[in-house]
Amino acid sequence: MELAHFQILAAALFAIGLYGVLARRSAVVILMSIELMLSAVNINLIGYAAFVDLTEAQRALGHVLVVFVITVAAAELALAVAIILRLYRNRSTVNADEINIMSG
Amino acid sequence: MASVVFFYLAAALVLGGGVGVVTSRNIVYAAFGLLATMMGVAALFLLAFAEFLALVQVLIYGGAVVIVIIFALMLTRLDDFRHLTDHRGWPIAGAAALAVFGLIVAATIGTSVRTGPRTGVGFAELGETLFLDWAVPFEMASLVLLIALIGAIIMVRRSGPGDGG
Repeated sequence: MELAHFQILAAALFAIGLYGVLARRSAVVILMSIELMLSAVNINLIGYAAFVDLTEAQRALGHVLVVFVITVAAAELALAVAIILRLYRNRSTVNADEINIMSG
Repeated sequence: MASVVFFYLAAALVLGGGVGVVTSRNIVYAAFGLLATMMGVAALFLLAFAEFLALVQVLIYGGAVVIVIIFALMLTRLDDFRHLTDHRGWPIAGAAALAVFGLIVAATIGTSVRTGPRTGVGFAELGETLFLDWAVPFEMASLVLLIALIGAIIMVRRSGPGDGG
C-alpha cells in the first residue's frame, strides 16, 4: 500500500460525487454527493500527510486542514438542509430541475 | 500484507457506498450508502494512522450527518421517495465525471513525490498544532458554525400564519 492507492481512491470517490451532483435531480442526493466529494478531499489530505516525507509540523497541518474541512462541511450541511426544508415548504418539491425561481 | 487487504476492503466499502449513493432509486438506501462510505473513510484514516480523525469521522459523519440527512428525508415526505430520477443529461454527467477521474489519475501518475515512512500525528501533537498555531482559524471555524446554525434555525422557523409554512 502506498500513496498512489490513496490518490486513485480519492479521485474515484470525487468522480462518483461529481456524477451524483450533475446527474441526480433530488436536492438531498445532490447534498449527499457533495459530502462524498469533501470526503475524497479528506482522503487525499490524510494520504499525503501519512506517506510523503514531511516535517512533523507539515504532517500536523494536513490533519488540521481535515478538521477544518469537516467543520465547514457540517456548517454547509446544516444550511443546505434548512434551504431544502424551506423549498419543500414553499414549493412542495426538492427536484433541482423544478427550482427555477431565479431563471430570468 | 494485512494492511493491503484491509485497504482494499475499506476501498470497496467506500466505492460501493459511493456508487450506492449516486445510483440508488430509493433515497433511504442512498443514505445508508453514504453511511457505508463514511465508515470506509474512517477505516482509511486508521490505515494512515490518523486515529483522532477516524474517531471524528465516525462521530460526525456516521452520527450527525447521516442522521441530519435522514431527518431531511422525513421532513420533506416526498411522493417520489422510492423512485428517484436522473437528470436528462446524465450521460454527459458520466462523461464529465470520467474525464475528471482520468485527469486526476494522469496528474497523479505524472507527478513524483518524495515518500517517507508511513507515520501519523499523535493526539497531543494535533491538539498543540490546532490550539497554538491555528487557534485563530479554529475560533473562526466555531463562529462559522454558530452563524450557520443560527441561520438554519431562522430559515426553517415558522414565524406566523402568513409565512407560507
